[in-house]
Parts: sequence; structure tokens; C-alpha cells
Amino acid sequence: MITKRIIPCLDVKDGRVVKGVNFMGLSDVSSPVTLGKYYSDNGADELVFYDITASSEGRALFTDILKEVASTIFIPLTVGGGINTLDDFDRVLKCGADKVSVNSGAIRNPGLIYEAAKRYGDQCVVLSVDVKRVEGAFRVFAKGGRVDTGMDALEWIKRGVDSGAGEIVLNSIDTDGVKRGFDIEMLDAVSKIVSVPIIASGGAGSMADFVELFNKLPKVDAGLAASIFHFGEVKINDLKKTLIKNSIPVRI
Amino acid sequence: MVAIIDYGVGNLFSLVSSFRAIGKEATATSDPEVIRSADRIILPGVGAFEDAAKKLSLSGLGELVVEMAATGKPIMGICLGMQLLFERSFEYGEHLGLALIPGEVRSIKEVIPNDYKVPHIGWNALHFGKEKNELFKYLSEGDFVYFVHSFYATKCENSVIAEAEYGAMLTAAVAKNNVYGCQFHPEKSGEVGLNILRAFCEIGGSK
Repeated sequence: MITKRIIPCLDVKDGRVVKGVNFMGLSDVSSPVTLGKYYSDNGADELVFYDITASSEGRALFTDILKEVASTIFIPLTVGGGINTLDDFDRVLKCGADKVSVNSGAIRNPGLIYEAAKRYGDQCVVLSVDVKRVEGAFRVFAKGGRVDTGMDALEWIKRGVDSGAGEIVLNSIDTDGVKRGFDIEMLDAVSKIVSVPIIASGGAGSMADFVELFNKLPKVDAGLAASIFHFGEVKINDLKKTLIKNSIPVRI
Repeated sequence: MVAIIDYGVGNLFSLVSSFRAIGKEATATSDPEVIRSADRIILPGVGAFEDAAKKLSLSGLGELVVEMAATGKPIMGICLGMQLLFERSFEYGEHLGLALIPGEVRSIKEVIPNDYKVPHIGWNALHFGKEKNELFKYLSEGDFVYFVHSFYATKCENSVIAEAEYGAMLTAAVAKNNVYGCQFHPEKSGEVGLNILRAFCEIGGSK
């Protein structure tokens, strides 16, 4: 039986892991290699690294760190942040990434999803979408959740999957950093229209939030979170024991 | 030394790193001399069957794998690399494989329920059946490994050494004499995966 995945997300800036609350006010947490190894040894099913560096020096540093992570950690690695071209795909895949997540780069150039899926396979292309409610509709936001693109999220996601995105990371800006649970309503709306795996992100504050996520939305495949894992508020092994008690299949 | 055959398909970084992590020298190579001198061989692969089969054939490396298999050297195909060991695949048409193991490759859609997602992606449990192959000597029934695939091997009953349940029992690993295949990714399956590679390196005595 396939299991639900628990995925810690590491935002990396200038070689260090940081986590924004509602994407603002970053605070330093730890080293990507140390934290990655810790998670891999303690039940994480996959790791996501987002490069939130703006400078080219920072980008080169990220690539070096990614290589170091990928040579010590043997679970799937997804890399995102600053992915705008096929060369960017190539750069991170050569450093050991298994999947590449596109967000703003695909909004600017939707053809990127198709081109990357054709070259590397659907399973390699993850479409990450920052979603926020605007006047009662789900809207796509770009640039780390700062800019309203005016695009309807459901239409954008459908188009992304049709172009070859093999997984969708859905990040709710409305619930991100608030720690009151995942955005069940938004995730439900998306899970009704796509057939590829969905990774829920934004809002996890406790183990109960994951139980609610998988119980209410059986079509959601994975839960992603950052700060509650980084600060030890929720330990992945404990979370998995709780999920098993609630009859949700996970790998232990 | 383990030769990981580099024929321009997929990412070999993690494979090389995982052998290093278990203290085994490994190199990604397309050099026939290096492959001949290796004491075991990995045939990796991700992407489409037709493209990979073509690259294997044009480079002559497919022929070399068949030649090496006949010498009794342990060989393991991983993911698409495993599928290439079979006689044929029905992924977008019909394409010939290396025919080292009897059987064929078909879409999982033909056997799984409609509401199951394709690809089969994520961690799934291995079931060994009555006998546990020596490839799994460090594993327990139900250990989890990481899968990413839309096609699976079938009509290969005599070679199946592990299955995974995804709405149907899917071939997870096969063995015929010295030729092995894993549909999942041992190099992405944490400690369990490393233990499979460790066991593979010990088959026939470690050199």
C-alpha cells in the first residue's frame, strides 16, 4: 500500500536554512546539510530545498550545498527557487536533485513545464503554486507570494498538469505561518480537478492538522511543513505514530 | 568496482554516491573497457523506454550488457533499467528490450483501479512471497522503498522476487541467475535501499 508522505521543506538563503512567517521576517535556523541528514535519519519521506537567494554568488553556494546534501542523503530531493530555464533544471539535476519545482519561472514562461517534462519526464517536474483568496476566488501569486498575477489558481493548475507537471505543491498564503491547519477548502477544490499527486503546504501547526488533512482529503498524497519541524514542535517520527493510530498509512 | 552504465539517460549522481556511502567504489562510465573490468554492473535509467533502448543500441552498450550477463557477472537494472532487461515494452508502441529476462512491460493502468493515480509514486512496502532472495537478505517483509513509474513488468512470474501492492500486485523486483532488476530506486530508499545495494555487492562473494 502506498503511504502518505511527510516532507520537511528547507528554505535556503546564502547557504543557511531560514523560514519566513507569511513569507516575511526571516529567521536563521540551521545548516542545510545537518538539518537534511537529521530529517533523513528521523523519518522524512522526502526533502524539499527552496533556494531563496537572489544573487548569483548565493546561487553558486546553493548548488555546492545541494551536492553535499545529495551525496549524504538517500531519499528523494526536490529543488526549487530561481528555476527559470532548462539550464536551471540541468544545473540542479546534475547536483543530485530528483525533482525540480517551478513557480514564478513557469508563470513567466508556461512553456517551461512542457519543455522540461519532455526532456526529463513528468515525474521530474513539480509545479509549485502560491494560492491566495482574492474576492472569493483562488488566485495565483508570484515572486514568493508577493505579487497577484490575476490568474485563477484552478485554471493555472489544470493547465500545468496538462503541460506535463507530475506533482503539484499547493501552498496556501492564507494559512501559511498561521499554524491553524492546512487550507482544506482550497486543497479540496484542487484535488477534484487533478489526477497527479498533491502535496499540501502552509498552515500545519500540530500533528492533529496532518490527521485532519489526510482524513478529510484522501486524494492528498503528502503534507509539507517547515518551521514546526525545524523548531522541534512536531517530531516526524511522533507524527507518523499518530497517523498510524488514525489508520493513515505511512512509512516507519 | 561497480560500473554504472552511462548512456545518457538519467541522473547518476545519487547512484554513485550511494555506493560510496556503503564503501564500494563506483563509477559512471560508457567506456567498454571499464565496464568489462568491473566486478558488477548497474544499468540505470529514467524516462521513456523507446529513447533509452535506442541509446543502448546505438552506443553498443546494450550488446555489452548482454555479453556481460553471459559471463555470470552480477548485473542490476534499476527503474527503466530494469524494464530494459525484458523482451519488449508496450510504452507508446512496441519496442524491443535486451531480453535477458522473459517477460514484457505494460502500463500499470491496465491492472490498477481507475481512481489510482498514475504514476505510482512514493514509498511502498515490499512483499517477498515464500522465499526471500539474497538481494533482500538485510531486509524484512514490508520494508518500504521509493517508487516512481507508470509501467510495470508482467508475464515474468518465474523471475519475480518482490511485489508491491498498488490496487494490484505490481512487480517490484526480479532475478534470473546473475541478472537482477528493481522497479523502485534503491539509491532513493534510505537505509533499506543502501542495504539492497550492499547485498548486491556481496552476491557471489565481494571483491
